[in-house]
Amino acid sequence: MAGNPDAAGTVDLVSSTLAARAVPAPVLAGGGAVRMLERNYLVYRRIWPVIISGFFEPIFYLFSIGIGIGALVGDVTIANGELVDYTAFVAPALLAASAMNGAVFESTFNIFFKLKYGKVYDAILSTPMKTRDIAIGEIAWSLGRGLIYASAFILVMAAMGLIESPWGILALPATLLIGFAFAACGMAATTFMNSWQDFDLVNLIVLPLFLFSATFYPLSVYPDIFQTLTQLSPLYHGVQLIRSFTLGTLSIDLFGHIAFLVAMGGVGSYITSRRLEKLLLS
Amino acid sequence: MTIAGSLRVVEAGARVYRRTWRGSVISTFLNPTLYLLAMGIGLGELVDNGTGGTSLDIPYLTFLAPGLMAAAAMQTGAGDAAYPVMAGIKWRKTYEATLATPIGVPELLLGHLGWVAVRLIFVTTVFALIMTVFDATTLTEGMSAIAPAVLTGLAFAATVTAYTARLKNELGIASMFRFAIIPMFLFSGTFFPIEQLPNYIEPLAFITPLWHGVELCRGLALGQDFTVHPLVSVAYLVLLVVAGAWLAIRTLRGRLIS
Amino acid sequence: MPAIVQGARVVCSGARLNPDEDELPNNLHPGTSVNGSMSSSLVEARGLTKYFDELVAVDGIDFDVAEGEAFGFLGPNGAGKSSTMRMIGAVSPVTAGTLAVLGMDPAVDGPKIRARLGVVPQEDNLDQELSVYENLLIYGRYFGLSKNVIDERAAELLQFAQLEDRRDSPVEPLSGGMKRRLTIARGLINQPDLLLLDEPTTGLDPQARHLLWDRLYRLKQQGVTLIITTHYMDEAEQLCDRLVIMDKGNIAAEGAPRDLIERYSTREVLELRFPVGTQAVNAARLDGIAKKTEVLPDRVLLYTDDADFAHTKVLEVGLIPESTVSRRSTLEDVFLRLTGRSLVD
Ligand SMILES: Nc1ncnc2c1ncn2[C@@H]1O[C@H](COP(=O)(O)OP(=O)(O)OP(=O)(O)O)[C@@H](O)[C@H]1O
Ligand SMILES: [Mg+2]
Repeated sequence: MAGNPDAAGTVDLVSSTLAARAVPAPVLAGGGAVRMLERNYLVYRRIWPVIISGFFEPIFYLFSIGIGIGALVGDVTIANGELVDYTAFVAPALLAASAMNGAVFESTFNIFFKLKYGKVYDAILSTPMKTRDIAIGEIAWSLGRGLIYASAFILVMAAMGLIESPWGILALPATLLIGFAFAACGMAATTFMNSWQDFDLVNLIVLPLFLFSATFYPLSVYPDIFQTLTQLSPLYHGVQLIRSFTLGTLSIDLFGHIAFLVAMGGVGSYITSRRLEKLLLS
Repeated sequence: MTIAGSLRVVEAGARVYRRTWRGSVISTFLNPTLYLLAMGIGLGELVDNGTGGTSLDIPYLTFLAPGLMAAAAMQTGAGDAAYPVMAGIKWRKTYEATLATPIGVPELLLGHLGWVAVRLIFVTTVFALIMTVFDATTLTEGMSAIAPAVLTGLAFAATVTAYTARLKNELGIASMFRFAIIPMFLFSGTFFPIEQLPNYIEPLAFITPLWHGVELCRGLALGQDFTVHPLVSVAYLVLLVVAGAWLAIRTLRGRLIS
Repeated sequence: MPAIVQGARVVCSGARLNPDEDELPNNLHPGTSVNGSMSSSLVEARGLTKYFDELVAVDGIDFDVAEGEAFGFLGPNGAGKSSTMRMIGAVSPVTAGTLAVLGMDPAVDGPKIRARLGVVPQEDNLDQELSVYENLLIYGRYFGLSKNVIDERAAELLQFAQLEDRRDSPVEPLSGGMKRRLTIARGLINQPDLLLLDEPTTGLDPQARHLLWDRLYRLKQQGVTLIITTHYMDEAEQLCDRLVIMDKGNIAAEGAPRDLIERYSTREVLELRFPVGTQAVNAARLDGIAKKTEVLPDRVLLYTDDADFAHTKVLEVGLIPESTVSRRSTLEDVFLRLTGRSLVD
C-alpha cells in the first residue's frame, strides 16, 4: 500500500492530526480495510460456530449426491470421452457453486442489511474511513471466509477419493477467483438496489446459474442452443475450471475460463468503485 | 379469542404482501419450472439411463416432481415463519404494535399461520399446475396433492414460528436452515428413495415431517402405495401444527407480554 | 482561554505536524485561525444547498462557525438541520454552493476532515453486534488509535457515560438513554477539534443532560468547537454562543440567543389559557392590548413589555382566562414567531 498516493495521503493525515494524540504512525499505515477486518473479527469471535457451520451446507449436498443420486446415475461421460464417477463429477461443481453463493450472499444481502438496518456503515463513515476501505475490507473478509470453507471442502473431497489429480490443489485459488468475480458483481448490483424486493432479482439470477451451469450433468445433455447459452454463465466457467483441476482434465480452455472470471471481477470492481459513494453516502 | 381478530391479522399480511408480491410470485412460478427442467428432465436423462445399479421403477421426473412440491411447501412455510417472525418481534416490532390493539397473542399467531396458509395454497397450486404441464402427473392427481402439501407447509410454519420466537438474534435462523431444513430437503426422499440411505440413518428420515409430506404427495399424485398408512402421516403433521402453534403462543406470550 | 485547562492539550498540539497548517503555533491559540491564510472560520458555508432528488432539504444557506465557539441550529422538524450537519460531517455530498470544514473541502478531503470531527448523529448508529466497550474500541480503531490509548480513554468515557457496569453488555438491550450516552461517548474517543451534535440530549434524563452540558462546557473551554442542533430552547440558550433558526431549508435569523430575543420578541410574555377550542375567538377580542398576539393550539400569548399591565387590560375587556402566566421572553418565543406559528402580527 505504501506505493500508492492514497496511502501517502493517509500518512499525512497521521502526522497532521493523529500523531497529536500520541499514536504511532505505523498503526495507520495498514489502511482502513484492515480496520474493517478487525471489526468483523470482533463480531465473529463471539459467533464463530456460525462460521464453522457454514461449511456443512456443501458437505450435505455432496453426501446427498454421493449416496442418492450418484447411486442412481453411476458414471457419466465427460467431454474427452472418459467415464467419471458421478459424485466426482458433481463435487467440483458444488465447490464452485458454494463459492458463488457465499460471495453473492455477502456482497448483496449482508451488505444491504448492514446498510439499511444496522447503520453500521453510517457510523464508520463518520470517521476517517473511506467507502473504499469498507468495500475492500468486506470483500476481503468474505473471500477469506470462502477460502476456509473451500479448504475444508477440498479436504473432504480428497478423503472421499474424489480428487483424481494432483492439479486438484489449484481448485483452492480457483474458488478464490470465483468468489472475487461474484463478490465484485454482487457489490456492483447492490449499489443499484433500493429495497429488499430488488433482491428477489438476485435469487432469480443465482438459481438458474446454479442449476444450468453444467453443474449436475455434462454440457452434452443440454440441447444445442442451451449449450451456447450456458457458456455465458459465469458459474459455468468456474465449474469447468475447478472440475478440470480435480479431474485432471487440463486443456487450453482453462485460460478462457480464467479470462472470463477475471474480466467479470474487473468490470464488477470498476462499477463498484464508480458507484460505491452513491450507495453509502446520501 | 375471536376469528375476526385472526382475520384482521391475515388482512395485515395481505396488505404488506400487496407491496412486495412481485418477486415472490415470479419465483413461485420460476422455481418449480427451473427445478423440474434441470433436475427432472436434465438429471433425469442421466438417472433413467443410469449405470449405478440402483434404479427407480418410474421416470425420474415423475418421481421427483411430487417430492419437490412437498419440499417447496416446506420452504415456503419455514421461510415465512423465520425472518418475517423475527422482524415482527424484533426488527420492525410489528407484533408489539399489533398487541397494543385488542388483538391478542393467539389471534396474532393464528392470523400469521392463516396468512402462511394462503400463501401455501397459492404456491402448491402453481406447483401442481406446472407439474402437470411437465407431464409428471395428471391434473386431478396433481391437484389432490395440494392439501397434503399445504399441511406439510403449515407443520413447518408452526414449529419454525415456535422456534424463532425463542431466538435472540437471527443467527439461530441460519443454523436452523443449515442443520434442519436443508438436510431434510436433501435426505427426506425428495431426490431419491430413503432406502438408499445407510441403514443407521434411514429411521431418522421417518421422523422428519418432510418425509411424511413427500410420502403423501407422491402417493396421491402418482396413485402409488404408501409406505406407512397415510392417516399416520396426516396425524403426525397435524400434531406438529397444533403443538407448534401452542408452543408459539406460549413463547410469544412470554416474550411480548411481560 | 484559561491556561490551566489548555495544559492537557498543549502536549498534544505540540506534537502536531500538519503540512496544511503552516503555522504550528496556531493550534496553541484556539482563538485564532486554523489556517491563518484563509479565514478564522472552522466551517464556512456559502449558498449551501442539498437536494434529495426533487426535494430541497437545504436551500442555499450562508453561515460561519468560528473556532472555539458553540454554534446552534434550531428549527422545526424537517427544516434541514440534520441534512446540514451531515454535509458538515463530510458524509453527505453537497448539491450546490460551497462548504469548507476545517479549511478543507469535504468532497476532496473527507477522511482528513472526519479525522478531526466527533459526530453524534440524531439516530444512534451503534454497532449492534458489539458490546459497549467494543463499540468504543473499534470506533477508536477506525481513527487509527492504538488499543492502549483507546483503553485509557474508554475507561474515562464509560465513566462519563455512566456505563461502567455495562461495559461488556451487548448494545442492543441498553435503554434508549444509555445508547444515547454511549453514542455521545463514542463521538469523543478521538478527542475531536470540532464536535457535531445532532439533538444530543433527546431521550436523556435530567442528570445525564446536565452531565453532558457540563462536559460540553469544559470541551468548549479547551478550545473544542461545538455545533449543536436541538429542540430544547433552554439547552440552546445555555450552550450556544450563537445560533441560527432554520425553516424550510432557509435561515430565518441568526445571532446570540439574548440578541435574538431582544430583536424578535418583547421583554415579557403573558400566557392566557382559555377553554378548549376558544383560543382564537378570545384572542380576537384582545386586539391592541399587546405589541403582538400569538394564538397557539392550547393558549394565547401576548407579547408586551409589561405583562402585569397587559393582564389588567385583559380583565378590563371582560375575559377571564382559565389560567394566566406572566414570564420573561425566551428563545421559544423567537422560535415560534420566526418559524411561522404566529397568526397575528
Ligand atoms: N436521506 C434522505 N433521503 C431523502 N430525503 C431526506 C433524507 N434526509 C432528509 N431528507 C428530507 O430532507 C428534509 C430535511 O430533513 P432533515 O433531516 O435535515 O430535517 P431536520 O431539520 O433535521 O428535522 P428534525 O428536527 O425532524 O430532525 C426533510 O424533508 C426530509 O424528509
Ligand atoms: Mg434532524
